Order: sequence, then structure tokens, then C-alpha cells
Amino acid sequence: MSTQILLLASEEAGLPIIPTLTEVIVGLIAFSLLFIVMKSKVVPRFEKAFADRTDAIQGGMERAEQAQQEAAAALKSYQDQLSDARGEAQKLREEARAQGAAIIEEMRTKAQEEANRITAAARASIEAERQQAVTSLMQEVGTIATNLASKIVGEALDDQVRQSRVVDRFLADLEGSK
Amino acid sequence: MNASTLLASGGFVSPGSHDFVFKPLFGNNILFTKPVFQAILAAILVAVFFLISSRKAAVVPSRTQFFGESVYSFVKKDLGEDIIGHEFMKFVPFLFSLFTFIIVNNIFGIVPFMQFPTMSRFGFPVALMIFTYVIYHYVGIRKHGLGKYLKDIAFVPGVPKWIYVILTPLEIATYFIIRPFTLAIRLFANMFAGHLLLLVFIMGGDYMLHNSMVLKIMSPLSFGFGIGLTFFEFFIECLQAYIFTLLTALYIAGAIADEH
Repeated sequence: MSTQILLLASEEAGLPIIPTLTEVIVGLIAFSLLFIVMKSKVVPRFEKAFADRTDAIQGGMERAEQAQQEAAAALKSYQDQLSDARGEAQKLREEARAQGAAIIEEMRTKAQEEANRITAAARASIEAERQQAVTSLMQEVGTIATNLASKIVGEALDDQVRQSRVVDRFLADLEGSK
Repeated sequence: MNASTLLASGGFVSPGSHDFVFKPLFGNNILFTKPVFQAILAAILVAVFFLISSRKAAVVPSRTQFFGESVYSFVKKDLGEDIIGHEFMKFVPFLFSLFTFIIVNNIFGIVPFMQFPTMSRFGFPVALMIFTYVIYHYVGIRKHGLGKYLKDIAFVPGVPKWIYVILTPLEIATYFIIRPFTLAIRLFANMFAGHLLLLVFIMGGDYMLHNSMVLKIMSPLSFGFGIGLTFFEFFIECLQAYIFTLLTALYIAGAIADEH
């Protein structure tokens, strides 16, 4: 019974290794259409996505590199400027120091001169006053001495010449005793 | 299809080639059967999926695009570039279509409500084999010219002259008969046998469930095997799609290589 059915079935089926023409044709057409879609649309799109991605990554890397170079250039320029400024400052400081020193020197000289001048003037004035004092003192002393002498001597020494002679002699004595 | 086996009241009718024969889906149109429908559906599904996943072609891919790209990159790199070499790019669309079309048709074998691997109908592997066959001979002839291409096949360089007596018929048979035949057969037979194996365990379990108590108790074992083998079939289905595409790439690489 079962063998009969099996036989019947396989007769109906035919050998499975014999391809059915319909299936071959459907396979050919279905696959051809799929192939056309893949070739015309899917593959180019994926390839484009890959290319875009490569571009994006590579472009990004190039941009980063460029930015880095720019930053390095900027840093170098800043450093140059800074060192320039330092040099400038150093120069200015030295100039200022030199100027300061010159000014101090000048001031000192001036002060010295002023001091000398003042000292000299003071000295001259003192000398003049002393001279005046001496002269005045001498006259005073002469008068006092004469008065004293006339009182002592008791005689009026009206005679101008004598009086003056007496005074001179007294003064000469005075100086000689000194 | 199971009607004929269940009809055998009492004895168990083992699944066989009759399980691969389908009635027309609509009316009497004998051309439009389930496998034919599946083949067309697979082509549409693959085309639509990859059109959607590649629609934006964005630099930062969505999940769908990423999956589509992964499959595409796998075929392009592992089956195209690594095997064919520097001329691989013009074969990528073909290899890609081949791989995706076969794998989807194969996986139909374990998809619920379909549960029939399209490629277990010999006509479909034959159709794909025809593409491969035509393409690898065509690119070989175009690259080397007809005379040199045939000479390179028939007379392998670097062997003693008398060996050609044996080698030349073998080489010719290899390139023109054995290769296409084995390529189609390998895919067909794997799918056929895998489906048959699943049928044996599932239908066997079903038969046992409707029989004596002892067999009823043992039937889960059979179903269990059926489920385990379903996973195994999934692996085989992917593997066979890979192998078919890999061999196609190898044949193309051989045809356009400078030395055979």
C-alpha cells in the first residue's frame, strides 16, 4: 500500500533533479531584475556613502592638521612678539637707567656748584663784615683810648695832628703787642 | 502536500520527493506555484530592503543602512576584493545580488508559513548557475581572447606533454560541465536534503502523536530534533549562499587570471 503511494507520488513528482522550465525562467527573470536594481541603484548609493564617509574623515583630518599648523604659526608669532617686547623693555630700561644716572650726575654737579657759590658768597660777606667790624672797632677803640688818654693826661688834645699821631702810635703798640 | 502522507491510515509514509511538488496557487495556472511565488517574493524583498537601506546613503548611517552596508561590505570585501583582486569592482553587483537572493530564498526554508527553501527546486539553482557560467566564460574570453582562453583551459602550462592525454579532457570537462553542474547541484541538494530532514522529524513526530501511547510519549523527542535541526538548517542555508557566491567569485577570478 505505502510503496504504491510512494511510487505514485514520485511518478507525479518526476525526478527532482530534472529542472522545471518555468522555474528556470522565473529564476532568470527575477534574478535579472534584482541584479538591475542592485547595479543601478543600491551599489552606487552604498559606494557613494562610503566615498562620502572617507571624504568626511579625510577632510576632517586635513582640517585638523591645518588648524594645528595655524595654531603653531600663531604661537610662534606670539612668542616672537613677546621676545621682541622683552628686548624693547630691556633697552628702554637701560636707557632710562642711563638717563637717570646722567640726570643725577648733572644735579649733583649743579648742587655742588650752588653750594660752592653760596659758601663763597657767605665767606665774602663774612669777610666784609669782619673788615667793617675791625674798622669800626679800631675807630671806637681809638676814640675811647683818646678820650681815656686825654682824661688821664688831663690835657685836651685838640690838635688833630697830634691826636692822630697818638692814636696811630697806640694802635701800632697794640698791634705790636698782639 | 501532507494530505497524501496522512492518507496512509496506519502505516507511516516517509517524506520524499513528492513533498517538493506543489499545486498551483491560483486556479489552474500550473506555472504559478509556491516556489515560483517565493522566488519572485525574495527578489522583491531583497530589492526593496536594499533600496530602503541605501535610500539616504548618509555619512552617519541609520540602523537599517548600517545593516545593508554590512552585508554589502562583506560581499564586496570577502567575496569580491579578497578573491577576484583588482578588477573585482565590476563583479560586486552580481555577487551581491547572488548572495542576497540565495540567502533569502534559503531562509524561506525555516520562515513560518513558508517553510520551503526555494532553492530545493532544481530550476532556481540552475537559473543562477547559468548566470555564473555565462559570466565567467564571457569575462575569460573577453580578457584573453577565445583562442588563448580555450588553450589555457585545455593545456595547463608546466606539465609533461604526455600528461595532456589525461589532463586535457579532464580540464575541459571541469570547466564546461562539472563546475556548473556541481555548483547548481550543491545548492539544490543541500536545500533538498535539509528540508527532507526537517520533514522526517516533524512529520514523524506528528505521526507518533497520533499513534500508540508509547509513541505519543516519544514524539516530543522527534519534535525536539526537528527544532534543533531547524537551527542547523539556518546555518546550512547561510553557508550554502556563501559557498555559491564564493565559488562564483573563484571561477571569475580563475577566468580573468593571467595564468590558469
